[in-house]
Order: sequence, then structure tokens, then C-alpha cells
Amino acid sequence: MGEKSFQLFPDAASSIAGTVDGLYAYMVLVSAFFSLLIAVLVVYFAIKYRRKDDHVPKPVDEHSIGGMLLEIVWSVIPLGLSLVMFAWGASIFFTESRPPADSLEVFVTGKQWMWKIQHAEGAREINELHIPINRDIRLTMTSEDVIHDFYVPAFRTKADVLPGRYTTEWFKPTELGQFHIFCAEYCGTKHSGMIGTVTVMTEQDYDKWLATGSGEGSMAEQGQALFNQLGCGNCHASLINKETGRCPNLNGLFGTTVTLKDGSQVRFDEAYIRESVLYPQSKIVAGYDDIMPTFKGLLTEDGLLKVVEYVKSLGTKNGTETSVPSAVVETSTTGPTMPQQPKTGTGNK
Amino acid sequence: MITTAPPPVETKKNYLNSQEGLKSWLLTSDHKRIAILYLITVVAFFFIGGLFAVLIRLELATPAGDLVDSNTYNKFFTMHGIIMVFFFLIPSIPAILGNFVLPMMIGAKDLAFPKINLLSWYIYMLGGVFTLYVLLSGGVDTGWTFYTPFSTSYSNGYVIAAGLGIFINGFSAILTGLNFIVTVHRMRAPGLTWFRLPLFVWAHYATSMIQVLGTPVIAVTLFLLVLERGLHIGFFDPAYGGDPVLFQHLFWFYSHPAVYIMILPSMGVVTEIMTTFCSKKPFGYTFIAFSSVAIAVFGFLVWGHHLFVSSQSVYAGMVFSVLSYIVAIPSAIKVFNWIATMYKGSVRLETPMLYAIGFIGLFTVGGLTGLFLASLGMNVHLTDTYFVIAHFHYVMVGGAIMGFMGGIHYWWPKMFGVMYSQLWSKVAAITIFMGFNLTFFPQFFLGYMGMPRRYHVYPPEFQVLNVLSSAGASILGVGYMIAFCYLVWSLKFGEKAPPNPWGATTLEWQTTSPPITENFEVTPVITQEAYTYTSEEVVHVV
Repeated sequence: MGEKSFQLFPDAASSIAGTVDGLYAYMVLVSAFFSLLIAVLVVYFAIKYRRKDDHVPKPVDEHSIGGMLLEIVWSVIPLGLSLVMFAWGASIFFTESRPPADSLEVFVTGKQWMWKIQHAEGAREINELHIPINRDIRLTMTSEDVIHDFYVPAFRTKADVLPGRYTTEWFKPTELGQFHIFCAEYCGTKHSGMIGTVTVMTEQDYDKWLATGSGEGSMAEQGQALFNQLGCGNCHASLINKETGRCPNLNGLFGTTVTLKDGSQVRFDEAYIRESVLYPQSKIVAGYDDIMPTFKGLLTEDGLLKVVEYVKSLGTKNGTETSVPSAVVETSTTGPTMPQQPKTGTGNK
Repeated sequence: MITTAPPPVETKKNYLNSQEGLKSWLLTSDHKRIAILYLITVVAFFFIGGLFAVLIRLELATPAGDLVDSNTYNKFFTMHGIIMVFFFLIPSIPAILGNFVLPMMIGAKDLAFPKINLLSWYIYMLGGVFTLYVLLSGGVDTGWTFYTPFSTSYSNGYVIAAGLGIFINGFSAILTGLNFIVTVHRMRAPGLTWFRLPLFVWAHYATSMIQVLGTPVIAVTLFLLVLERGLHIGFFDPAYGGDPVLFQHLFWFYSHPAVYIMILPSMGVVTEIMTTFCSKKPFGYTFIAFSSVAIAVFGFLVWGHHLFVSSQSVYAGMVFSVLSYIVAIPSAIKVFNWIATMYKGSVRLETPMLYAIGFIGLFTVGGLTGLFLASLGMNVHLTDTYFVIAHFHYVMVGGAIMGFMGGIHYWWPKMFGVMYSQLWSKVAAITIFMGFNLTFFPQFFLGYMGMPRRYHVYPPEFQVLNVLSSAGASILGVGYMIAFCYLVWSLKFGEKAPPNPWGATTLEWQTTSPPITENFEVTPVITQEAYTYTSEEVVHVV
């Protein structure tokens, strides 16, 4: 991007770009074939059967040219060619919908009219995204206001960024360089200004770039600070507070399936953490009471993502994985800013 | 000119001069006069919508936002979309040509409910007044799609008034659809069985089903939107506990079938023109008839293909994708049947036929590019880019408006009893076809390059293609202006038209031009299939 003043075809800079372009080529060929066929037939018939002077035509018996067979042929052939498009497109979509495990995690918050980006390691940027080449990158995205859409044409992928929920998008950059980020869902006045740049770097350059980060610690560390500040650990058992609290022990919970009060099961993932912080009463884990107050309004979307990262860092499945340095653990001195629910709140559900 | 029948009684009053004065028009219950009322108002809206298109293309001639500011630009494309979709495309063919021709085609004196027909026009006008109010008081900037929560909580335009305008206008479409359905069921001339109906009637019957079943959904959706914006009752905005994607489901549940409200009548027009100007029965009558019905039915099952990147479930996406391919097949069947109709026909390249051929060309491109967008993996890259803009303009302008222009030129002699300039009308048809392609074909490239829609300012590498597009738009505009001029000119100076200038076989041509108020002196009795061309019956053109 940038220097070129005119292009007819976009850069292809991700692992799926080639497949998408292949499907595109197939569709262009099929379309060109049928467009030409139709154009040639229409022009040819218009000339060949053009009425000469006052010649009054004889009615043609249409059945003489095998109507039914033709109808079947020109229904079935396009249907077959279309179903190839469907299957090919669906297989690309499946790939696009499933971020590979151990992708590099990046968090995106859309806001009229800017992209706020946080790396799990702590670096923050606005309208810029620095990523290493040949690594799977997974974006977890949300919006603070209206619907946006994170679109990188060179990667041939986009996904809507919605308020009130997390969406994901992933790609694996295969070319070094800078590429456009566009907001592709109309979001108001400066929609066309909600653009940015992806910079794909070598692994070494990326590490160097990360090292010059925000100096605020990793997202999980910042999330832990918020966790403590809001007094979450007073009820939720965690690495800091080993006693089993009045609320579920969060250690090792991420990625597991938990059973709810009503017997249904839910995956303990980013979306569930988010929902439980904002609307705690909606899905209560079996064996616990409805005592948690909502933290809606006390956390920004950015802050919420940090808390989610912290809970994720408390380990997956066996609860051993943790990236929280012990130094931070000791700083849990800030009192809760939310009034505690009375202990007698014994489940009014 | 030669006609086989002696000219009908010339002195008899026709529907245009049977009564005089503005009041006789505003209180008429004659379907033909109501069609003329619609013609005047719908075309007026077309030119207002077109003016916004001109402003959009002027702004996009350069990458910077140098003509107007972003807010104004956003209002331009919003007003362009609202006016063109709801106040031009949806009523254009059904309310003008359908209203005028459909009762005559089935040998009826009028629609089943003539007064409701007039009411439809007044409702349309009331909706239009709301929209003009929005326009004059400062506009609305949500896009014609009104996506939430932008429209309910963030936009600072006149969203409620615009929503109410469309809400009210919807009832006009519902009543027109209802009127057509009842008319086709109850008012057919003796002997006119379903499979003797002209295919224009089938197309309008299918369209009417969509209007009656689909329009209430958009009305309810916009009503919910007004409630949320005005009273903060949470349906769509997560801040009030709503779901923003729910709006998209409801909106497209109507607005995708609405595309078929626009294109099906146009297909009906093209079928009539093809058969007349090939002097041959349409190939595959039953296939064309049932493909209209199939499009109407399957059209209701594909709305989710507008939501592939919206966080909709992957499996829902697959279902909507495969159904979208299935709904494409009836359209392909129609195109192939039209071409087969030309085979061994007796083809006359009069102006309506030029538009019909133009329709086939442009609709084919529009339909084929729809296949790109129905494919999940391709859609992720292309959705919300100029590829989509190009695709749906090929369908709606290239398809629906070419059909509308073809129909206007086909029935103009019947509507007003005059002929327009053959030379100028062909010049205009070719100019429109060329201008259209130059405007919208480059946008496919822009879309694949990744230029998002609704961008006021864009990166410089997209400029060359945008300049081409703007140049094409000016040619297109000139084409429409030429057509407007010679058509208006013909009203006063045009040569008098015979009852059946094209040698067509459908019933509306078997009466005078313009028709008498009751349409027929004697109710016709039908004894054979539609479009029975016998050599004796064929009359020659002007």
C-alpha cells in the first residue's frame, strides 16, 4: 500500500489470501463463460432472426426443440457449478472461523472512530497493529459504542466488532509490509477515517518492538490490578486467596465446561467471563448463590478485556499455567469499591 | 401504418379526457389515472434520488473529502438509498405499470378495490411527505439500512421521521399487493384460466405475495427502532439489554425479499417485451411462471447471507449460503428461457426490445456476481465493499430500472396514445446502457481491492477507478435526461399511436390507445392460451 498510485488487484499477504483468490478466479471464469455465452447468443439471435421488412413470421412450434430437456440442462449445470462455489466458500469460511490453538492474542476495541489495540504482553497502540510474520494472530474484539468491522483487504478477512459481545478474527500474515485496516461497517460521521495500518514484521523486529511497549505490564498483570482494586478476590478464590470463597474458585477454570444452577452447561470462555462480570445473575454456577453485584459501568471495555486476560492467566484446565509474577500478587491492598452484598443474600432465585 | 382491424371510434372519450380538472384526478378511482399519479410522483422521487447519486459521484471523484463534509456525505448516500429503494424501486413497476396494465391484461374494468388503490397512492404520498420533511430539515445519516445501535442511540439525524415515513409507505405497498392478489383471483375475464395469464401477471402475483407477507415485518422492525430511539425501550442496543444483530435479522427478513419486489415485476416486463418483439410465444411458459413463484418463496429464506460476518453462527451461515445458490437457479432459468424465445423468432430491435436485451445483459452480470457474495469465504472479503455496491446496482439499476424503462417505452403508446421519437429513444437506451456499465463495472475492481462502501474519503490508489465511475455516472445521467425530454415532448407533439403499434397479443392492446375509462367496450372472452401468434393477427409497426 502507500506508494502505489493505481492497482487492479489487492496485495495477498495472508495464509488464506491465495485460497480466496483461487476461488475468485474460478468464479470469474464461470461468470465470464456464462456472460459471454449469453451475450453471443442474444446478439447472434438478434441478427440472425431479425425481421426483414414486412415479412410476417410463421408461428414457431416451441416443442419442436425439446423444451423439457433444455430446461433441465440449464437448471442442473448452473446448480452444479454453484454448489462447487458453495462448498469451496464454506471450507474457507470454516478455516476462517476457527482460530488455531496457541495463536498470538491481540485485543481490539472499536470506538467511534478509532481502533484501540492491546497486545497480551502489554503493548498498546491506536490505529496501528504490529504483528510478526508467519504467526497465527487471533483478535478478540468488542466495541464501546456502535457496530464496527475490522477489515484487512490484504488478508482477505473481516469480522464485525459488536458492542456487548466478543467476536474473533484470525489470520496468518505471510508477507512483510504495511497494509490497510478499514472499518467496513458504517459507524457514523468519520467512518471513512476509522482506518489504520497493519505492520507485518520479522519475529526479531517484533520482539524489539514489543520491548518498547507501554511499561504498564502485561494485560494479565493490569487485569490483576483491576481484579484487586474492585475487590473480586474477596469472594472469588484465586491464586491470591486460596480459601474457597462464596463464589467459584477461578483457578484453572478457563476453557472448562461448568454446570449452572438450572443444570445446563456453559463453556467458561471470554464471553462467559464478560457476561458474568456485567450480568452476574444471568448464569450462576451450580452450588453458588446470586450474591454478586454487577460491575457494569465500573469497567471500560479495555479494562474488562484485561480482567478476562487475568482470569485466563489463572490457568487452563489443571490450573498450573500462570504468568502472573508474584510481585504483583502482593499488591492486593486496595479495598473493594463496590459495597458488598449482605451475607444473608442467600439466593433469591 | 397498417392495422388489420379498422381504427376504433376516434371520438369516444378516453380515460385521459373523460373528466377534466385537478379534482377529477385527485379523487379518481380509475386504475389508469392512479397509475399516472404514481408515474408523476415516483419519477419525481427518482430525480431527487438521482440528484444525490450525482453529488455522491462528484464527491468521490477525488480521494479527499473536498466537496462536502463527512456528515453531509453520509446524509447523501442515506437519502439516495431511502428514496431510491422505498420511494422509487419498490413502487415503480407495480404501482405504475402494474396498476395500468394488469387489470387490462386480465380483461377487467379496474382493480378489485379501486378506492383502496387511490388510498395506496395517498399513503405513498404521506410517507413521501415525511421523507421530504427529513430531507429539508437536515437529513438522516444512518444509511438506508438503519443498523442499530447506531441508528437508535448514536445518530443525530432525523431517524424517527425517516423511519415513520418508510413505515407509512409500507402500507401503500401492502394495499397494492392485496389489491393485485384479489384482482387476479376474482376479476379475470371469462375463459382466462391461470395458465392463460400473461407472464407479467404471474410476476406481479408473486411480487404481491412478497409485499403482503414481507412488508409488515419491516413496518414492525422500524416501529421497534422508533420505540428504542424515542423511548429507550431496549430491543437492539446492548446498553438497554438489546441485541444489535436481531435488528439485522429483522431488517433483512424483509429487505432481501424486497429485492425481489424490485426485480420480479421487471422480469415480467421483459417477458412481455421479448415475446412481442420476437413475435413468438415465450419459451417455457410454465417454467417462467413458476420460477417467479419459486423466487418469491425461496427469497424469504436467504436473509442471513447479509449477516455472514455479523457473528452469526457458522452453521446458520452454511444454510443461508446454500439456499442463496438455490434461489439463483430460477433467475437463470428465466434468462435462458428469454434467449430461447429469441431462437427462430422474428426479432425487431425497437426501443423496448433494446431495453429488454440490456436488461438480460446487466441482470446476468448482477446475478452472477451475486454468486460471489453467496459464497461464505468470498463474502467475508467482499461484503461491505464496492463489490456489493456494484452487484446490487447491476440488479436494481441494470435490472429493475432497465425493465422499468423498457416497460414505459413499451406501454407509452397505450398510456398516452402517442409515439415517442424512435431515433432519440434508441440513442437514450444505448447511452444508458454504456453509461451504466462505465459507472458500475469499475466498482467490482474497487470492491475486490477492498474499498469499503460508505467511505467519504478513500486512499489515493482507488482514485482512477472512481474517476471512471464518476464519468460513467454523468453519461448515465445524460441518458435519463434525454429519455425524460423526448417522452415529455411526445405528450404534446408525438405522433398518434394506433391501438396496437407493436403487434402484441395481450388484451391491453385489443382496445383503444389510450383506453376508455372502462378499458373495454365489451368484456373480452378468452378462448386460447396467452401469446397465440397466428400470421393473420400480426400487425405491423409504425
